[in-house]
Amino acid sequence: MGTVESTSTLTPSGRSITVSLPGWPGNIAGQHVDVRLTAPDGYQAVRSYSIASVGPAELVELAVDKLPTGEVSPYLVDDVQPGDMLELRGPLGGWFVWKPEQTGPVQLIAGGSGVVPLVSMVRSHTASGSDAPFRMLYSVRTPDDVFYREELAGSGVQVDYVYTRAVPAGWPTGPGRLTKDRLAASVFPVSETPAFFVCGPTAFVEAVATWLVELGYPAETIKTERFGG
Amino acid sequence: MTHLDGNVLAGPLSELFRADMTTATGRCAHCGDVSVLAEAVVYDAAPGWCVRCHVCDDVLMTLVQAGERLRVDLRGVTALEVG
Amino acid sequence: MTIFTRGFSGRGRDNNPDLPPGQYLTEDFPVLSAGPTPEIATEDWQFTISTETKRYSWTWEQFMALPIEEVGTDIHCVTRWSKLGTSWRGVSLDTLFADVDTSYEFTMAHSYGGYTTNVPLEDLLDGKAWIAFEFDGEPLHPEHGGPARLLVPHLYFWKSAKWVRGLEMLPQDEPGFWEQNGYHMYGDPWQEERYW
Repeated sequence: MGTVESTSTLTPSGRSITVSLPGWPGNIAGQHVDVRLTAPDGYQAVRSYSIASVGPAELVELAVDKLPTGEVSPYLVDDVQPGDMLELRGPLGGWFVWKPEQTGPVQLIAGGSGVVPLVSMVRSHTASGSDAPFRMLYSVRTPDDVFYREELAGSGVQVDYVYTRAVPAGWPTGPGRLTKDRLAASVFPVSETPAFFVCGPTAFVEAVATWLVELGYPAETIKTERFGG
Repeated sequence: MTHLDGNVLAGPLSELFRADMTTATGRCAHCGDVSVLAEAVVYDAAPGWCVRCHVCDDVLMTLVQAGERLRVDLRGVTALEVG
Repeated sequence: MTIFTRGFSGRGRDNNPDLPPGQYLTEDFPVLSAGPTPEIATEDWQFTISTETKRYSWTWEQFMALPIEEVGTDIHCVTRWSKLGTSWRGVSLDTLFADVDTSYEFTMAHSYGGYTTNVPLEDLLDGKAWIAFEFDGEPLHPEHGGPARLLVPHLYFWKSAKWVRGLEMLPQDEPGFWEQNGYHMYGDPWQEERYW
C-alpha cells in the first residue's frame, strides 16, 4: 500500500505518479508493478505499469498513458491526487531488465508509452556511470506525446525519433510508421552484437522483433515486452 | 486479436511461487519447446489468462482470478525450472 | 482487509433491470479470445453432433439449407459487460437435434482451435440456442466466432463457443476449457454463477 506523493503532467494524455512506499525493496531497471483499484461495490481492476524510476529509493515513479477505452489508466491519469492510497504489488519481473553489470551495447526500442521501462534503463545507466553504449529508437504519435524528452536529451544517449502522426516543424520527413529500412538505419549494427529491449503495443513489438531477426540479429538477443493496444 | 507476453504473469504467479516465474523455463507438453515464461503468448482478453507456447500456440497454462482466489492450471507444461 | 480506492467507480454500474447483477452496459462488442483466431473457409467447415452410437454432420451448404431463424437477445459476458438487443441469424439447435437419437443429457461443444465448453442438452433445446452465422445483418466476423458460433444467450457468453465445429453428447457433465479451472459448470448470469 502506497501513498501518492506527487503527480506531474508529461503529455496531453500521460502523467507521472510518484508513490511513497515505505519498505519498498528498490527495483531494477525495466521492472513493473501491478496496481489494484477497488470500487465501493468491491469491484477490482488490476493492471501492470512499468516503473520509470530505478534504485533503492522508497519513492517509486510510474508513468501512465491514458487508453481511451481503459478502466484503470483514465483513473490514474485524470483522477488520482496526492495523498490518495494506491495498492501496488512489486517490484515484478526479472526478464525484461537491464543491470549495470551488463557492459555490452544496448539498443532500446520504444513504441509510445513503451518508453517507460526503457527510461528507467537510461536512468540506471546514468546513475551507475555505466560505459555500456546505449542507443534508443522511439516511435511516437506526435512531438507532444514524447515522454521525458528533455531528460532523454540530457542523458547522453542518442535518441532517434520516428513520428507516426505529426512531425515537428522542419523535420526532414513526413509522419509515418517505422519501416524495416528505417529500423536498420537507426540501431547498432549486427557486428556490435547489441542487446535489444523492445517495448510497446503488441503489433509494434511483433513487427520490430520480426524485422530484427530478418536483419540478422540473433533472436536470443531480443527481449520484448508487450502492453496490448 | 491482440495478446500480451509472459512478463505480465510476474504478479499473479508471485502469489503462488517464491521465485520470479517470468525467468523460469517451461517445457511445452505439445511441441517440447523450452523457453522462459516471459516469452510465452498471453491472451488476457478472456475470462482468465490463457498462456500459450510461442512456438506451437498450444495452451501451457491458464490462470483464473476467482474473486480473492487465484487458480493456476498447468495443463500444458511438463517441466518448470527456476534458478 | 479491503482498501477502497478513492474516486474509483470501475465501469459505471446502473440499475437497469435488464442487467444481471455485477454487469455493466456496453455499446460496442468486445472481442474476447483465449487464442489466435482460426481461419475457417466455409467450404472446409463442418458441424457434427456425435452421440453414443452415431455421428451426424452437416456441410456449410447443407447447413444453410436448413430453416434459418432471426434471434434478438441480450448477451452477458462473465468479464462483466452486457450488450442488450443484439440481433443474430442462425439455425436452431432444435432443428439440428430433430433427428438425433440420444439418451445422454449433457453436451461438450468443441471449436476449431481447440476450445471446449459444456452445456446441458436441455439448455440447447426449446428455442434456447442456435448455431449463429450472422450478427447485425452481416456474416459473423472471424473475431466474433465466424463462420459460425454457438449462441446460448441465457448463459454467460463463454458458453457460446466461437468457431464451433460440433457437439459431443456425454452421459454426465464434464468441465470444458474454462470450467476446468475455476469457471462455473452452468453459468447463469442472473444467479451470478461465475466461479465454482
